Amino acid sequence: MASQLIGAVIAIVLGIGFSLFYFAGTNWALDHWLGDRTDAAGEKISKAHRRESIRPWLFIAPALLILGVYLVYPVVETLRLSFFDDTGQGFVGLANYIWAFQDGEFLLAIRNNLLWLIIVPSASTGLGLLIATLADRVPWGTVAKSLIFMPMAISFVGASVIWKFVYDYRGPDAEQIGILNAIVVSLGGDPVHWISLPFWNNFFLMVILIWIQTPFAMVIFSAALRGVPMDTIEAARIDGARPVQIFFKVVLPQIMSTVVVVWTTITIIVLKIFDIVLAMTNGQWNTEVLANLMYDWMFRGGGDFGRGSTIAIVIMVAVIPIMIWNIRRFQKEEGMR
Amino acid sequence: MKLAGRYVTGGQVAGQVLLLLLVVIWTLPTVGLLVSSLRDKDQLIASGWWSALSSTEIANQGRTGTADDQVETADGYQIAGNLLPEDSPAEIGFWSDNINDITAYEAGQSAPVDDTGAMTVNADGSYSWVSPEPFTLERGERVFYQAFVPPIFTLDNYREVLAAEGIGRAFINTATVAIPATIIPILIAAFCAYAFTWMSFPGRNWLFAIVVGLLVVPLQMSLIPLLRLYNDVGATFGVEAKSYLGIWLAHTGFGLPLAIYLLRNYIGSLPRDLIESAKVDGATHFHIFTRLVMPLSVPALASFAIFQFLWVWNDLLVALVFLSKREDQIVLTSQLRELLGSRGDNWEILTSGAFISMIVPLLVFFALQRYFVRGLTAGSVKG
Repeated sequence: MASQLIGAVIAIVLGIGFSLFYFAGTNWALDHWLGDRTDAAGEKISKAHRRESIRPWLFIAPALLILGVYLVYPVVETLRLSFFDDTGQGFVGLANYIWAFQDGEFLLAIRNNLLWLIIVPSASTGLGLLIATLADRVPWGTVAKSLIFMPMAISFVGASVIWKFVYDYRGPDAEQIGILNAIVVSLGGDPVHWISLPFWNNFFLMVILIWIQTPFAMVIFSAALRGVPMDTIEAARIDGARPVQIFFKVVLPQIMSTVVVVWTTITIIVLKIFDIVLAMTNGQWNTEVLANLMYDWMFRGGGDFGRGSTIAIVIMVAVIPIMIWNIRRFQKEEGMR
Repeated sequence: MKLAGRYVTGGQVAGQVLLLLLVVIWTLPTVGLLVSSLRDKDQLIASGWWSALSSTEIANQGRTGTADDQVETADGYQIAGNLLPEDSPAEIGFWSDNINDITAYEAGQSAPVDDTGAMTVNADGSYSWVSPEPFTLERGERVFYQAFVPPIFTLDNYREVLAAEGIGRAFINTATVAIPATIIPILIAAFCAYAFTWMSFPGRNWLFAIVVGLLVVPLQMSLIPLLRLYNDVGATFGVEAKSYLGIWLAHTGFGLPLAIYLLRNYIGSLPRDLIESAKVDGATHFHIFTRLVMPLSVPALASFAIFQFLWVWNDLLVALVFLSKREDQIVLTSQLRELLGSRGDNWEILTSGAFISMIVPLLVFFALQRYFVRGLTAGSVKG
């Protein structure tokens, strides 16, 4: 255990040391080999020019190398593997895709992912906006936001434990220790086994992600609301607009781009949702989602890389429109610089 | 005007009540977890955490002594003893010799038992069973009771989960993963971000567009090829495929796009004059970066570091794929998930284990909330 911690410290020192050595070393070498140790002015300029055209690549080379190995190569390789069999050896054409769209489990995962995609981003965005707006007007708003913010620091697995406790079920004769069933019983109902309740259990899992993502939306909207010019709101108020009207007709249009950013960010998280489903149900009781199914196929029966890759590609395809939109948005911003 | 004024006030009150309700919904589940983790494990399953401060009602049973324990008294024969476990703080309210009617007699009340004499059970658990005839029973009589236990708060659950359930070791493992995986990408990303901002080279814009695109690439795309790559590397060089070095590099790779993006935005916002005048003074890019830009970028570096640290600490998927579940490699999230599967009903273990896994992120988060929020608002697009 101690050796492990020492190992980690050595890794930090070596990692930083190596990076520093690389950056300092290559820059020194560049200055040395293409230095100014010449008298001819023309040569001096040409050397300086060559030097400064090489230097950027020294700066970005490590990042490009790591990005290449850990993100770019895998994207290409996953696409290739999705056309191969379970070991990645034999070419099978579209067989994996045909299998997927005929497989009940896969189709169920698609249906559940669609449910998640509709409900979680809209609920988190809506609630986040509501909380940010409410907290903006009360003196204890900062405290409220701080408390609501807390779930953002909690892991999906930790949140799953917290909510599994909320959903805890005991038989009708026993004392309920899950708060949800305790409320149901105190209102005269029968306790419900929420997690295995078909179809609706999906929503009980979604609540966990909404609980984690709403604070994120809240923080972003808080910052955006502060950017809305006061005089536009004052003007509307003088014209006799009610607070609700002011919100929907004056404030909301001005922060619409932020709403879109928050919505898409949560959408991407939802597409990859894995930990919550694995920890709560592992896909049982019709709660399967794509990311969990993909993980399952990576190891099921010794691992089927073809089918696992196919499911990953399906997730990727759903992300591509957001990716293109992101790049366009970035390029537009660059144009305005 | 007055009406309008009153409307606003009414709306504000409704808003405050609604906000308060939302705060309660958002904090209550976590409070429940924390309170439960501190409760005695028998009480934890006997009553909801919201009643932690009131006495818990428990139903249990005890056994009397046998014929061997009887003593002869002036009135006949007596078996005496205590039904409660030693040092139990419980107080018996009702008792019975019939499991179907557990509240038949009050504490202190005397009642016939087993057709042989009368028994008295007191609140402190002591009982006395007297009979004019000698007792012949060879097994003790079962006595059922309903007792009230005063609230007990204890750190026993934490002691148990840290030592016996592997959470303590997993905590160390998680720290081993998270700290290097947070620090290593920073320097690499900072140099890259500087080059993207202040140096000109062919392909700069489209290379950065690729980085922006990589921000949203799902992790799932990388898992299978990297798993294969690691297995091949492991087999070729005769080293373990699942290692800390492997996961540090993986987290570095997955964290780099966000790091580059955040830092480029920040470095790009530094005043151009500053960089230009340094250049005029003859400083090279390397010097401008290390002496000027790096120190000025500390807030952005801190934002990213917090972000990456929380992300790595809370990650489950990457750890499941790139580390084994052996004791010396399993991380907190993974261990907690194992406990959810194998000890799903042992809430004293799950609640304290979950809280231990949350404590570092919560501390980091409350101590450095300002930087965290800045990071969030600047780069809300991590893939």
